[in-house]
Amino acid sequence: MRFYFDSLSDFVQMGTHGPYVWASFGITWGVMAYLLLSPWLRQRRWLRQQRARVRRDQAAKSAQR
Amino acid sequence: MASWQWFHRLGSPRWFYHKTGPWLPWLTVVALTLLVVGTVWGLAFSPADFKQGNSYRIIYIHVPAAFLALAGYYVMAICGAVGLIWKMKLAFMVMKAAAPIGAALTFVSLVTGAIWGKPTWGTWWEWDARITSMLILLFLYLGIMALQSAFQSREAADKSSAILALVGTVNIPIIYKSVDWWYTLHQPASLKLTSAPSIHSSMLYPLLLMIVGFYVFYALVLLLYTRLEIVKREARTGWVKELVNHEGTSGGPSDGLSKEDR
Repeated sequence: MRFYFDSLSDFVQMGTHGPYVWASFGITWGVMAYLLLSPWLRQRRWLRQQRARVRRDQAAKSAQR
Repeated sequence: MASWQWFHRLGSPRWFYHKTGPWLPWLTVVALTLLVVGTVWGLAFSPADFKQGNSYRIIYIHVPAAFLALAGYYVMAICGAVGLIWKMKLAFMVMKAAAPIGAALTFVSLVTGAIWGKPTWGTWWEWDARITSMLILLFLYLGIMALQSAFQSREAADKSSAILALVGTVNIPIIYKSVDWWYTLHQPASLKLTSAPSIHSSMLYPLLLMIVGFYVFYALVLLLYTRLEIVKREARTGWVKELVNHEGTSGGPSDGLSKEDR
């Protein structure tokens, strides 16, 4: 197995097909990064919000006493 | 009935959440390794196609994305059926989680197909049977996402989405058979279970790597979306409250195990 292209610029251009290939891979990796990060970040935010609510409730309770 | 115990356990969101937590880092490493190796191999090391030139390299993402767009529909429809028949809460959560992932992968296969079509067929879009049935698949996914947010009642949203998902399975064999029934523009399958693949091994191996990588990635993302859905729907239960309190300062969704669960 060896590098198929003659040079790095040849690799980037891929004949005339470079823009099509790179755009396809760019969009795909972008969508996949979103799929991976979005639920992870949303869950982290949700847990943070819940924790803040619990703390607020506890503070309110102790203030009443 | 001991043999059914696993089935009841599987119906418990709490058990599922704690069971799948430790899998996440492994799945992430395996999926990313396969996808990176497959991408580099497919882009830089496999030869160009003698007819299509370098544009064929789009196959390394287009075919796996389309595979998972279809497999994801099975997952969603089967979960919908399980939820309707056995009233399993977890099945509806997985069904809901599967919809945005399936929609994203269908979108990827349509967009990469359009980009591939331009240098190969000379057009971005054609109302070809395969392309049209994939577009219908995208609308089915989007329809289920819309139904999920259209109802006040959780139960009505789940039941109606499950019914739409089941009705939509009619589209799946049409997608598979479209390239044979209407031989229009889209090329027939390069990979078939029943016969030898019609592509050379130097192109087949990176493609297989990408397909396996997409499957593992799908499993990972489905778990992440399902786990998010679980904590949101079970927010009032004791174990989620405990999770909120115990989850230290790191706060990552993967470390949701309390000591007694380990």
